[in-house]
Amino acid sequence: MANLLHIVVCAGVVPDPLQTLEPVTGPNGPGLKNEMVLPAVLDPWAASALYEASNLAAKNPGSKLWLLSLGSKAKLQQVMMTVAQKAAFELVPIDGPIGGFPDAHSTAAVLAETIAALPGLDRSKLLLFGGWESATRGAGVTLQLVGERLGITDQFQGVDQIDLREDGSFEVLERVEGGKHQVSVCAGTPAVLGWATGNLAEPPNNPQVGMKNMRSIMPALAKAKAAKLEANGLRYLSVSLPKQQRTTRVEKNMSPDEIAAELVAWIGAE
Amino acid sequence: MGETTEAPEIDRQTMEVDIACAGFGPAMGGFLSTLTSAWTENPADPAFESKVAPGMPLQVLCYERADDISSGVSGVVTQARAIRSSFPALDPAEIPLAVPVKSERVMYLLDPIGASRRSALLRFGDALLRFAGPLVGLKDNAFTLPWTPGFLNKHGGLVLGIGQFNQWVGAQLMASGLVQIWPGTPVAGPLFAENAAKNSKKVTGLRLADQGVDKAGAPTDGFMAGMDVKAQLTVVGDGPVGAVGQALDEKLGLPQGHAHREWALGMKFVIELPEDSPLQPGVVWHSFGYPEPEIFGFLYVHPDRLVSVGTFVPSWLHDPSRTAYRYLQHYIQHPALWPYLKDGTLRSWGAKSLEESGCHGEPFLSGDGFARIGEGSGSTNVLTGSGVDEAWATGTQLGEAVIELLRAGKPFTQENLASTYENRRRASWVEQGAREAENARNGFQKGIVKGMIGMALAGLTKGKLSLSAKIPPAHKQIAPSAAGINPERVKELAQAAQAGGRPLHDALLTERGWPEIELDGRLLVTQQDALLMGGKVQAMAGFADHVRFRDPQLCAECTHKTCVAMCSGQAITHGANGVPDFEREKCVHCGGCLWNCGQSPDGLRSNIDFRTGSGGLHSAEN
Repeated sequence: MANLLHIVVCAGVVPDPLQTLEPVTGPNGPGLKNEMVLPAVLDPWAASALYEASNLAAKNPGSKLWLLSLGSKAKLQQVMMTVAQKAAFELVPIDGPIGGFPDAHSTAAVLAETIAALPGLDRSKLLLFGGWESATRGAGVTLQLVGERLGITDQFQGVDQIDLREDGSFEVLERVEGGKHQVSVCAGTPAVLGWATGNLAEPPNNPQVGMKNMRSIMPALAKAKAAKLEANGLRYLSVSLPKQQRTTRVEKNMSPDEIAAELVAWIGAE
Repeated sequence: MGETTEAPEIDRQTMEVDIACAGFGPAMGGFLSTLTSAWTENPADPAFESKVAPGMPLQVLCYERADDISSGVSGVVTQARAIRSSFPALDPAEIPLAVPVKSERVMYLLDPIGASRRSALLRFGDALLRFAGPLVGLKDNAFTLPWTPGFLNKHGGLVLGIGQFNQWVGAQLMASGLVQIWPGTPVAGPLFAENAAKNSKKVTGLRLADQGVDKAGAPTDGFMAGMDVKAQLTVVGDGPVGAVGQALDEKLGLPQGHAHREWALGMKFVIELPEDSPLQPGVVWHSFGYPEPEIFGFLYVHPDRLVSVGTFVPSWLHDPSRTAYRYLQHYIQHPALWPYLKDGTLRSWGAKSLEESGCHGEPFLSGDGFARIGEGSGSTNVLTGSGVDEAWATGTQLGEAVIELLRAGKPFTQENLASTYENRRRASWVEQGAREAENARNGFQKGIVKGMIGMALAGLTKGKLSLSAKIPPAHKQIAPSAAGINPERVKELAQAAQAGGRPLHDALLTERGWPEIELDGRLLVTQQDALLMGGKVQAMAGFADHVRFRDPQLCAECTHKTCVAMCSGQAITHGANGVPDFEREKCVHCGGCLWNCGQSPDGLRSNIDFRTGSGGLHSAEN
């Protein structure tokens, strides 16, 4: 018997993490150099959450899926033209500042307030999904705070798998040390799941899905409410990139074991 | 529909729209901007009522192959006449990387190394210049022309990053709500009306590429047949190597005497200049003479200390070991440029083919159910070296024509499109410029000196005088005799290169005296690093290889494999039994392979079939 789920996925729009990112400090605080020029994508962790949510909703007919995103309308619209082809959802956009440096508490407050006001949302059926970190600083705090503000105490982070049971309970696999997963069983919704990569491949672009989504996405963007994020006294003392080292070599004939051994040796070397 | 590889009788989803568009670039930007502008002025205009979705506005869908509309590649300096006409209040500050042209210069670059292959006449000229030296203003092995020829002058124009420009235009369009632009959606080809003889030339829409297929295009798990998008009007703006344009050329042929014979590969770096750089935004440099006399170069300075610097390697550089990336690295190290660039950081890189046949390569501009705009319709002015504004103009011309036909309730037949769109185009400055440029490049087939004389002649007389030439097909412009190294030595180098895992063209350039590039990991990096830097090149899973070798036997017999030498992304490499390997994940879809094949199965077409596919550059800094 299918479970009726109300899944809300919180997903930010971020500069493509694979691009050359360089923090700079301006009059308004830290930011990324030439951020306007960088291509934007849906936060990759949150994107995994969206695909898992879509898969779950498809397996449980009658479920609802919302995609909640705080960001600039123009960037959201552009990113949606790709994302909307991959999964069916109802977009709930909030027109506001995006970036890796706004206060997580302010951000969580805006998101939680919006979720609480979603028409037709049944909190008893709520699964709140998002990325367990995010491409914006990887703080991993915002989703937890959203859950707390909504009074959701069952929270899981670094999730790779969820298996629903007929009685409404579900089993969750969370990443822990040593490349292992911790298995938990939760009695039921509501719950917060911060996703790692999950197990699903990125869905292909499906123009028909895109067209169907567009019917609601464009009006939603037009009606998006504006949000201002309070600084709450947050002040960054310094911002820097982690040390990076890169070597590129194209190999066609090495086995995975050989590649893994070489990578381990390279990582361990000074 | 061309040579799409697909299983027979596949059950495909279909969708009906009013206007289906292939490709999103400046031309399509012009077309869609014209439509949305008219609609925004009067949304109640009955002309904009959808015929396929009654009660809704026109359903206008545009499909773009690249994963984002900001992934376009081109270093652009443009007079921007047509663009400003569409956006009278345009403020360049609204568009990242855009800035008004501030100053312009044209430089003839001498060879400080002595490796480039110059004719005796050119060497004599170089010697004279060196002798005259400071008297003629020779500095840093460069002679700056005392004035910028009128036909090259972009005074009053804009320096743009095409990716950012496309993104900006796209945002305006999508905000209107009239049009939808879908990235990451390669179009396999046009749909033709069905008739018993299967020879209908009426276009009825577009077929999207199949997904969930293997390299050869055969369905696998997760197969999703490309949807058929049916439309009363199909607008084709998919560039010089787009699959839809190619399929139309194959089905309809080209007008008498027309052919796509002249090309260039434009490749560029986007470099972040050092903080104390004296180069100001809006500075524009054009160059010729180095690293080979045939290679033109450019440098455009954007805001925020970013500069686009690049070269054009033309099809009339007959050397079969011609290449782009390494030549570009030598170019930026020329003494006239290097002092400004040497402390910079490579931010991005890209390449694209330019169709340089001009009028000679113009296809049929319209037919029943379709119209062609932009570079793929031959709009590039090969004398002034400008294409973006011309492409935009052709888009606006078609937009005006479509509005006229919609208001008159007339169908999109060849006759109606010819009397509206084609007539507008023929009466415009785009056509006038194209006619002046028509034979401007003829001389280059006989060498750089004759080429420059021919260009100057055409430019200064506005096309009234020019040199004549018979331009051979692209595959015949690759001349093994122009390699400059005897075949036995080429074989030795090939064996050594293969054993050492090094590209052959690299070894050939070194053999000819070009110094090895001293990599610094910051500005001078390997070609693979440029590709992978910042995840710049990616491709979605589930698409077929979009580069195919039609007759493997011809590949096996080909000794030079210019396709390998010229592949912008090193996606084409030497394979087993003489047939090249292709790795689509490294392809930037420049289309260079299409015209850098020295073989032909039928004397007309290249032995390389260049189709549509997923992926390419993931950078908006272009």
